[in-house]
Amino acid sequence: MPTITFLEPDGKTHVIETPAGVSVMEAATRNLVPGIIGECGGCCTCATCHVHIDESWYGRLESADEMEQGMLEGAVEPGPLSRLCCQIKVTEELDGLIARIPAGQL
Amino acid sequence: MSEPAATQTIVIVGAGQAGGETASELRKQGFAGRIVLVGEEAHVPYRRPPLSKAYLSGAATEESLYILPPAGMEKARIEFIGGVRAERIDRAARQLHLSDGRVLDYGKLVLATGGRARVLSLPGADRPNVFPLRSIADVQALRAHCLQGKSAVIVGGGFIGLEVAAVATKLGMKVTVLEGLPRVLARVTVPEVSAFFERIHREAGVDLRTGVQIAAFEGEPAVTHVLLGDGSRIAADFILAGIGQLPNVELAQQAGLAVDNGIVVDEYSRTADPDIYAAGDCANHPNEFYGCRLRLESVQNAMEQGRVVASALLGKPQVYNVVPWFWSDQYDLKLQMVGLSAGFDRMVVRGDFNSRAFAAFYLKEGRLIAADTVGRPQDFMFAKKLVAMRAVVDPQLLADEAVSLKTLLPAA
Repeated sequence: MPTITFLEPDGKTHVIETPAGVSVMEAATRNLVPGIIGECGGCCTCATCHVHIDESWYGRLESADEMEQGMLEGAVEPGPLSRLCCQIKVTEELDGLIARIPAGQL
Repeated sequence: MSEPAATQTIVIVGAGQAGGETASELRKQGFAGRIVLVGEEAHVPYRRPPLSKAYLSGAATEESLYILPPAGMEKARIEFIGGVRAERIDRAARQLHLSDGRVLDYGKLVLATGGRARVLSLPGADRPNVFPLRSIADVQALRAHCLQGKSAVIVGGGFIGLEVAAVATKLGMKVTVLEGLPRVLARVTVPEVSAFFERIHREAGVDLRTGVQIAAFEGEPAVTHVLLGDGSRIAADFILAGIGQLPNVELAQQAGLAVDNGIVVDEYSRTADPDIYAAGDCANHPNEFYGCRLRLESVQNAMEQGRVVASALLGKPQVYNVVPWFWSDQYDLKLQMVGLSAGFDRMVVRGDFNSRAFAAFYLKEGRLIAADTVGRPQDFMFAKKLVAMRAVVDPQLLADEAVSLKTLLPAA
């Protein structure tokens, strides 16, 4: 099973083993990773699953679509590596992905 | 506020999104005691919004709806009792009596009992092909009838009705929507936005009728026709009733807790009983932002209030002071709404109601109090911030598509 690493703002690390096929947001919420809410359930509507993808991984992901880009603009303190992790599907290729959780989602 | 001891038992009645979020948040915040989640449905907590969208269309599986799948519940040490009703609260003994005869001792009790679909009270409405839409089981029953070429009659032009109309149309069905009021979405938005969605549905081929009275559902043993007040008939293979919901307050009521359009709670989501809390569709809270009591029916409310309850239970009370937001997916369109527009004195439109993307902003005394957007996610996100700030905004800038709402934020 692929492994995803979530880093909290204070450096606390959550290494999550997750089946492929779920979203990175679900990998977090189903394992009670704090700071990723996923209010809309994964339909790119709330921006409460905002993360900063590790630089080494960002370019390997499929690009954000127009809707996600629009939502990200208004997320809490977006940056160049921002993504809504409900829009990233876990695959075997993403084994080792690192996502940084922002200080706030709301 | 008395903090539960680490060994105490927190019992949550209702395994919907509010109950599930309360349980998850308790664990996220480090509560080490026992958590028991009691659900009337057999399922672990699941997401309801996709029921009338991706789950009905077949794009989402049942498993994908689960917020915490059974293995995750086990790992989080959340005990789940499914398929059982909570029958009675014995407040003096701090016990919850279940329909299977079990009695649970609680230290703290959370009522997250949600709501139930309102049923039609018309002749023939008890026929087997008249469906509500609130649960996985409802959609499973409904889906068996959603076949290409069949005729669906949808009663109610609210979010559920219109979302089902969109899915059924895409599945190649003949769809009729019957709304009793003069326009769809009348409870939640302005006539212009209602007209926008009426046009979208009609363009998609839906026979959408407003201001319509239904006299009866005809046919035995199943409904075959809907008889309208004007004497005309519409053929129907099934009926979907999307006419709102009623809060499940009976358990609280029987226990002597205050009920007034929902279970009455204070700003920390506590009932008058210091050991009983309530959250979600069933709860009525004092909203400081609006200066009145509100009972909200939304995922945001279920989840945020669930977290507020968890914090209060752990001795870290937070005032629940939400600015409501809602969304609806219909066809390729996403409607995002923030704030409650009731009482606005000026509407400003960005974009064009005759296209497939717009933002409608609602102002009151110069301040932005609400917005409805379609296909304008940036505008929605910044409107959310501006509404929360009660920002005074320049209507001309709001109307100008070239101006990013970001620039209207006081901090920018």
